Amino acid sequence: MTAIEIILSIFILLGAFLSLLGSIGLIRFPDVYGRTHAATKSATLGVISIMVATFLFFLLIEGLFVGKILLAILFVFLTAPVAALMIGRSAYRTGVPLWEKSVQDDLKEVYEKKLNEPQ
Amino acid sequence: MFHTILMITLAVMSISLFVCFIRTVIGPSMPDRIVALDALGINLIGFIGILMIVQETIAYSEVILVISILAFIGTIALSKFIERGVVFDRD
Repeated sequence: MTAIEIILSIFILLGAFLSLLGSIGLIRFPDVYGRTHAATKSATLGVISIMVATFLFFLLIEGLFVGKILLAILFVFLTAPVAALMIGRSAYRTGVPLWEKSVQDDLKEVYEKKLNEPQ
Repeated sequence: MFHTILMITLAVMSISLFVCFIRTVIGPSMPDRIVALDALGINLIGFIGILMIVQETIAYSEVILVISILAFIGTIALSKFIERGVVFDRD
């Protein structure tokens, strides 16, 4: 096992661990906002780590520069926060309740005031 | 040794894909299902990346790009749809 393979193994194991953590958070958190938090942070970082390992594998072992993998990394990195924002906003606006032990909802009064004022 | 690590990682990614699928099926509200489908698409990208290393081919790089774009577009379209009832709004 060469030094390159050790570095690649570290990246791959870290990525798989973070993806598994994201999925466990997705099944264990109590409401949709917590699930969004789990699914779009750790899973994204895990996938970025795995794709960095794939890029390094083809660059260092096979001798191929695959730009499409870098493009996929950039795309996942840019679009995962936007997707999380859209899901959270649509969940709040369609009235999905928070967890019953949540202590604070700062958006509620602002949102009600904006709904009540005339257009 | 490296091959063993790759196989273990494939198994772990399969478990996380299955967990995302469970949340897609049992999710109590519609945004739960959208979150789970988004996470399933992102985990599928990592799965195919490891498969590229196992098979030593770069033939799946387009597949990765298309899956990432489709997961993002599907998430945006579904969340806009359940928010307002339309995907494209003119205001």
